[in-house]
Amino acid sequence: MEKLKTTGLSKEELVQAYKDILMGRRLDERLWQLTRIGKTSFNISGQGAEVAQVAMAMAFEPEKDYFLPYYRDMTATLTWGMTPKDIIMGSFGKDADPSSHGRQMPNHYGSKEHNIVSHSSTVSTQIPLATGIAYGAILEKSDFVTLTTTGEGSSNQGEVHEAMNFAGVKNLPVIFGIENNEYAISVGTKEQYAAKKLSDRAIGYGFDGFTVDGNDFAATYLAFKKAVKKARDKKGPTLIEMMVSRLTSHSADDDHTIYRSKEELDSLKEKDPLLAFEKQLIDEGYMTKEEMLELDKDIKAQVNKATDDAEDMPDPTPESLYEQVYAE
Amino acid sequence: MVQMTYLEAINKGIEEEMTRDKKVVIFGEDVGGVKGGVFGATQGLAAKFGDERCFNTPLTEGEIAGIANGLGLIGYRAIGEFQFADYMLPAVNQILSETAKMRYRTKGDWTTPIVFRAPYGGGVRGGFYHSQSTEKVFFGQPGLRIVTPSNPYDAKGMIKAAIRSDDPVIFYEHKRLYRLLKADVPEEDYVVSIDKAQVVREGSDITVIGYGMVLQHALKAAEELAKDGIDAEVVDVRSIYPLDKETLVEAAKKTGKVLLITEDNKEGSIMSEIAAIISEEALFDLDAPIQRLAGPDVPSMGYALSLEREFLVNEEQVLEAMRELAEY
Repeated sequence: MEKLKTTGLSKEELVQAYKDILMGRRLDERLWQLTRIGKTSFNISGQGAEVAQVAMAMAFEPEKDYFLPYYRDMTATLTWGMTPKDIIMGSFGKDADPSSHGRQMPNHYGSKEHNIVSHSSTVSTQIPLATGIAYGAILEKSDFVTLTTTGEGSSNQGEVHEAMNFAGVKNLPVIFGIENNEYAISVGTKEQYAAKKLSDRAIGYGFDGFTVDGNDFAATYLAFKKAVKKARDKKGPTLIEMMVSRLTSHSADDDHTIYRSKEELDSLKEKDPLLAFEKQLIDEGYMTKEEMLELDKDIKAQVNKATDDAEDMPDPTPESLYEQVYAE
Repeated sequence: MVQMTYLEAINKGIEEEMTRDKKVVIFGEDVGGVKGGVFGATQGLAAKFGDERCFNTPLTEGEIAGIANGLGLIGYRAIGEFQFADYMLPAVNQILSETAKMRYRTKGDWTTPIVFRAPYGGGVRGGFYHSQSTEKVFFGQPGLRIVTPSNPYDAKGMIKAAIRSDDPVIFYEHKRLYRLLKADVPEEDYVVSIDKAQVVREGSDITVIGYGMVLQHALKAAEELAKDGIDAEVVDVRSIYPLDKETLVEAAKKTGKVLLITEDNKEGSIMSEIAAIISEEALFDLDAPIQRLAGPDVPSMGYALSLEREFLVNEEQVLEAMRELAEY
């Protein structure tokens, strides 16, 4: 692993990164819990991708850049500006949920306030939208950058290729992130694609592609940092494939013990990027174990409070079913 | 006033809107440069407004829809041209999953105030894939508007209204009408409502409802029947979705005899829905069963002139159907 120092980030920034990663984990654990006790109906998690997501998101300027995430990107949306309460309100389907005001299922993130664009469940339809927004940067002569992400399975959708092709043709300031956790629900990569690396696909569209170890915070951050600079300098798009782990089942309605072997499931703990990042922070002298335990207590308290606060918020009124079908 | 074809009226309407608002941009296959679209609808726009605001896209319909969606999200009035309405099928996912639902699924936080232009219709020896009425694919999708003008005056006024609309609009243009119709069109700024049907000929004996090319047949037949003392009311649907139920039902009640004409297949066409609405709202005002005159239920019109003619509703059939209904 590269040293965290190479990122050029301050100690405060690295500790903040750790906070976001830990919050992503604890918040997701809460969301699973809520499905299990029947308070919510669904969860789909990014456990195993938190380090990659925070490293990715930290390379952008959320107040001016756009983010078109996919359903595993909860932790990235936290770094981008959404709050734990925002996320839990989405799971409860509350009216004030910024993602969809209780209209979409949980894990369909969006926030107008934070330049995070709503996405559908039909995978990868957000990718063409990202190129449209990125074209807007050319029209406006602005240096904002657009980030969009998807999984390795959904990266096979035709619209992804149409969008990447257009991005190459117009040299758009857009970055395509693929979070490769090696499963499309139960179907492994062998049945999803024959390429050695998905980032090689970028060659076919005339721009750069890189594959990074998503468990390596510094490598991921630096790859995105470089891509963002390139995009801001009007030098075109980049495709970045992050190799990550999927520590959980696909969703609350899936059971990965059916299709993953006991050995594989047992090995998941070794692939946990949270533990690896903690070890790295300690080894490289940024934090102590005690500080981490203290922080964890604080984060759990924040999650508890966010849960209570979110649950107390009003549900959408039945009458609101009829609102905003057309411009009002 | 100046004499203009339906096609020139559309070109002029777009040009006026691009002059008025720099957020209006247009793109598609062959749309930019000196070509200005396969039919010439965008001729002169790239020269006048530059090739960033009027540009060519790769041959990727899903992406054309996606670019429009993305631009719409950040406040552009994007116009995506589909070369033929038949070619919109690869874009159905974008249009139904993203365009139609963006406003509703974010309760108005994110919107896509965009226009998709779709040349449709037969009678131009276009065979299967250059002749179809694809509006039924998008019909019944709340959040979308589907409109089609039937004369040059409406063509200019409606394209301008569609561009200014805060809702996404699919703007169907009948290819046969492009150069067939020439009429007086004001040179000054005006808009025509995109949510109203229009009584284009007042009458008291029978009511004929249609849109696009078949309306021309109905208007001619009405003049013919007038010689025999039969007074036909002719209604242009214009707003295909949502339908202007009030105007349609009123016109049906007025005469009690209704003929619905479409160039599409008889079963599953827009006219089937109009028949249901009139049945629900005005059954006891009717003096005859609702009649439908439409294309046969075969996949499409053939290329051979004999096959195309056999498929298309023609003037004689319209005249005969109107006379029969009057005599019922």
